[in-house]
Amino acid sequence: MAKLSVSYISFIELQEIVDLLGNVSGYDLSGYSKSSLKRRIQRVLDLERMDVVDLKNAITNIEGFQTYLMNEVTVNVTEMFRDPRYYAALRSDVFPYLQTYPQLKFWSAGCSTGEEVYSLAILLMESGLYDRSFIYGTDINGNVLESARKAIYPLKKIKVYSENYNASGSRGSLSDYYTAMYEAAIVNTEVRKNILFSQHNLAADYIFNEFQFISCRNVLIYFDMELQNKVFNLFYNSLAEFGFLCLGSKETLLNRDIMSNFKVINKEFNIYQKIR
Amino acid sequence: MSKADDIILIGGSAGSYNLIVAIIESLPSYFLYAIVVIIHRNPKFTTRIEDTLAARLHRPIIQAGDKTIVSKNMIYFAVPGYHLLVEPDRTFSLDNSEQIQFSRPSIDVLFETAAETYGKRCTAFLLSGANKDGTDGIRMVKKMGGNTFAQSPDEALMRTMPENAIRANQEINILTDQEIISYFRNLR
Ligand SMILES: C[S@@+](CC[C@H](N)C(=O)[O-])C[C@H]1O[C@@H](n2cnc3c(N)ncnc32)[C@H](O)[C@@H]1O
Repeated sequence: MAKLSVSYISFIELQEIVDLLGNVSGYDLSGYSKSSLKRRIQRVLDLERMDVVDLKNAITNIEGFQTYLMNEVTVNVTEMFRDPRYYAALRSDVFPYLQTYPQLKFWSAGCSTGEEVYSLAILLMESGLYDRSFIYGTDINGNVLESARKAIYPLKKIKVYSENYNASGSRGSLSDYYTAMYEAAIVNTEVRKNILFSQHNLAADYIFNEFQFISCRNVLIYFDMELQNKVFNLFYNSLAEFGFLCLGSKETLLNRDIMSNFKVINKEFNIYQKIR
Repeated sequence: MSKADDIILIGGSAGSYNLIVAIIESLPSYFLYAIVVIIHRNPKFTTRIEDTLAARLHRPIIQAGDKTIVSKNMIYFAVPGYHLLVEPDRTFSLDNSEQIQFSRPSIDVLFETAAETYGKRCTAFLLSGANKDGTDGIRMVKKMGGNTFAQSPDEALMRTMPENAIRANQEINILTDQEIISYFRNLR
């Protein structure tokens, strides 16, 4: 159904799409930030040359379209050692505390194509903690999890990742952890061994394990305050006593009710420890 | 802090730095608007004009954080590396999606989302720059009834950005640097 001119979606139509998708699928977009979500849906309309009526039809009638839409709506941009100083902060402010545990469970929520999980694994290896650790990487988007499991990244990206790695203060070289092939690199098996990727929807709110460490970066910005608070609760309930919640530089617990249960470990990178 | 009923957006790129500093220096100590400055800058580069200016002018000039309320008498800067959006409930949100016009933050994204929420109470300034970001944003601000201004390309260090917007938007007002500065000096 190709249209000649571009069709713009209004906030009212956006709400209709959100309601429809919620009714006919398990995908609940009602807690996503409106302006950002509207741009994402507009992008799908442009890509598919659809208008809002076409979009509604596709959601109800085309097999697989709901999942396709969700995958297109989510923003999956990520890097290994993204925000290098965040990783330096983990090494200096969090890991010393974790040394005392015989067993460690980590959760990277909204892990996209896996770079954050592998970065964490490398950092744990370098701190001598990886043998006792297990990392769960979850995301709502099945496509990115597929790539995460493959652990193959184009060399062009690896170049940026290496710069990040070096800026994070690690002494080795990122090339110690991957094997280069023609145009791509695959993450080595000793990095990949204690990791499980699985699908999980933060908006659907369920606990699946208890963790010493949860990292969720560049995910909550897509949620409104209400959903953010709901997810903070989920994290609180998923953390072991004295467990760490790491939100990165843009997302914060400050000014939220739940903050009273946490202590600030690092303000710049919003690293918190559960204290009650 | 109370929500602003009016918003002024200032978009700049290469060559806009000095004018932006002059604008902020000329502001009265109290005004009813929220002012949002968006400049293209490298996220790996940590110098922050907002900190320097805040210290020098003794007033809060802050990065527009995720879910922050858009407040009166405040000057916000877009953070590097993320698009800055205005939500219908008059808060900011951040988004890490694809670059627009090779830029993130993109002036178009801020201008378009602010225009949709603030309508005729949105005013936008487009300053010097070497790319075409901002043209679509200016178009949207105008379409929603807001006021639009471009720095005169003859005074801009890089003329492409204002010139492109002027070409695409006949109704945009073209101002000299002095006129821009006195606009801000006279804000209430
Ligand atoms: C920008 S990526 C962040 C990747 C990584 N954490 C980082 O900071 O580089 C955001 C991820 O959040 C995921 N996401 C969005 N909504 C979600 C939800 N409701 N539940 C779980 N993941 C979600 C997206 O699919 C996307 O992969």
